[in-house]
Amino acid sequence: MKTDRKDNLQPLRVIGHILRKEFLQIFRNRGMLPLIFVMPFIQLVILSNAATFDVAEVPFHLQDFDRSALSEQLVKRFTSTGYFRMTGESFRQKSGIDALVARKADMVLVIPHDFEKEMSRTGHGRVQLLINAEDGFTAGVVRGYANDIVAGFNRDLPRLLPHMSSQSALQPVIDIRSSGWYNPELLYSEYMVPGVLVVLVTIIGLFLSAMNVVREKEIGTIDQINVTPIKRWQFITGKLLPFLAISLGELTVGLLIARIAFHVPMLGSYGLLYAVAMIYMLVVLGMGLLISTMTDTQQQAMFVAWFFTVIFILMSGLFTPIESMPHWAQILTQMNPIRHFVDIIRRIMLKGSEIQDIFAPLVILAAQASLMLTLAVIRYRKVSE
Amino acid sequence: MKRFIGFVRKEFFHIIRDRRTAAILFGMPILQLLLFGFAIRNEISEVRTGILDLSHDVVTQELTDKLFSSGTFVPSAVLNSGKEIGKAFASGKMNEVVVFEPGFAGKLQRDGSAQMQVITDGSDPNVSRIVTGYTGSVVRDYLTEKAASSGQSVGVEAVPVMMFNPALKSVYLFVPGLMAMILMLVSALMTSISITREKETGTMELLLVSSLKPVQIIVGKVVPYLLLSFVNVLTVVGLAFFVFGVPCRGSLALLLAESLLFIMTALSLGIFISSITNSQQVAMMISLAGLLMPTVLLSGFIFPVASMPLPLQAISNIIPARWYLVIVRGIMLKGAGIAVLWKETLVLMFMSLLFMTASVRKFSERLQ
Repeated sequence: MKTDRKDNLQPLRVIGHILRKEFLQIFRNRGMLPLIFVMPFIQLVILSNAATFDVAEVPFHLQDFDRSALSEQLVKRFTSTGYFRMTGESFRQKSGIDALVARKADMVLVIPHDFEKEMSRTGHGRVQLLINAEDGFTAGVVRGYANDIVAGFNRDLPRLLPHMSSQSALQPVIDIRSSGWYNPELLYSEYMVPGVLVVLVTIIGLFLSAMNVVREKEIGTIDQINVTPIKRWQFITGKLLPFLAISLGELTVGLLIARIAFHVPMLGSYGLLYAVAMIYMLVVLGMGLLISTMTDTQQQAMFVAWFFTVIFILMSGLFTPIESMPHWAQILTQMNPIRHFVDIIRRIMLKGSEIQDIFAPLVILAAQASLMLTLAVIRYRKVSE
Repeated sequence: MKRFIGFVRKEFFHIIRDRRTAAILFGMPILQLLLFGFAIRNEISEVRTGILDLSHDVVTQELTDKLFSSGTFVPSAVLNSGKEIGKAFASGKMNEVVVFEPGFAGKLQRDGSAQMQVITDGSDPNVSRIVTGYTGSVVRDYLTEKAASSGQSVGVEAVPVMMFNPALKSVYLFVPGLMAMILMLVSALMTSISITREKETGTMELLLVSSLKPVQIIVGKVVPYLLLSFVNVLTVVGLAFFVFGVPCRGSLALLLAESLLFIMTALSLGIFISSITNSQQVAMMISLAGLLMPTVLLSGFIFPVASMPLPLQAISNIIPARWYLVIVRGIMLKGAGIAVLWKETLVLMFMSLLFMTASVRKFSERLQ
């Protein structure tokens, strides 16, 4: 690239023109404005609350073949604790499973015939829990709830069955207290809001930049730019800066919402957060512009951008733990910018991490940013293909 | 009718003429399903565990052995005091610390109750909950076995039977979710730009002066995509079945029919977006940026709908993927038939009809 010796300010002025054009085009497109400036925040407020695995009030179906005083007591335990809610009752084996299939219940409690008799005679009885295990994690929680209730029932057995044989040495209980370090109540919102915010800012930035250059190709204005003396890096810079400004603006509004509506703490420094955000957005926007220079139609560009966005989101550890992934996938996530930025933003906000704590992911992001931008500049050829 | 068929053929050629787009349309769903199907799990195969045993007795030793012999828990460190816990987590090398209170075995014997503490790294609540749940079930199993072996099994024993998915594989849960997400977004994106592109390139005027009725134009836009998307349905269902081993306990024909209905809903939603917008950019932003996160988060794909706060459960009703997910999981895992799934089916039909009529009306407005 030759430097312009006549006027050192010339390159900046050229970029200035492009900037003005881009900003005008963005704000002229009335249909687009609410999608850029309103929709992400509505999604942030709504969706951050959706991400929870809490299991509350499990609907259950009862099959009490015993219909004794004792079985009634046991059922009462289930309905009165608030963990379970009875949605139906039947006396045919198959209707229990039907209730599971029809999603009227997530568990069937089967109390066999002779339950009370057996209990008084041997001191030991069995009930069956048919648990809907489509979702293995929820099924485990349901099983845990049911076990707790049965254990509580067992502790009260001497009172309920006074004539029970003297061998009533009760099964001992191990009381498990659980707590989470850094986030004792395991609040999802603190954890989710920064993540969802990153995803939304990424989607907007990537999609806007991916459609940008290819749109000029489609409507033909790219030829007009190609015949001007503008340099490739000036063109890319001019395209980049408006989106960078918009993205950082959105991040700011999102952080305010996180603070005010969700009470997400901010333990670290805003300066560091914005510095990292800037580098991260360069990765995203550089990638968008690269996609844009490599595709022929806006539709193709969007498909490609969407393809990568979904991969980045689902492989970021935001919704499912990275630890659960197979080894090769865990290595792949190292190339995922969302993974690193979500990790960094959480550490800065929730743990107050300093720059030395986030050095490694930051280096990866910086490397990705320079790679993407270089490729975008190289790939943009000033000739029509 | 002849004109209509001609129009459908024209649309069809328009789509497959663009080889690159066609390759993306059919290749992407396969790649994504393969990648996510293998990578997205919520089992944790290796829980790195630290033990802080303040009691050092037979019972705590047995419990520790039981924990580590399960294969899931991996010993990471032996701690000597509570002060070391913070350091252990800060290093990020540990998922949980199990603390046994002093005099554990004695209390268990004497009072029938002893306390243990499970401390997890709460900065990732997902991992925390899963790990805590695992630990609880190991402890429960230990107690049950102990009671059974000593012959003093007293009281009620609850025998759990895990229905439909006895091995608790999360792949059974996620693959149907991925199918819903991929089909929804690919289908909606395809049609969302079909009318706006004609508006932008000016060929819309030609359509408007043609003798085709608005209904014919809208249906003609949807039909070719319906055929093409069905190819995606077949590959996606095939992968779920043959690669990921998700069973299909119900009728395969019903599954395919419902999938066809679902892509119909997604395509009509796309057409509707197309009819209310004037530029491809806006149409694509709505169909991708607008649909992506709600489909992932509100459909029950990862986070169960029943766990959401009530207002969000209400909102989730307008997400087509939510209904399709119930259908797919019902047919594949539970062997449910139409007798159970009629409600979900009707909702999807109603949605398709709503989007189609709204698009036709919007289109007729332009004609006048």
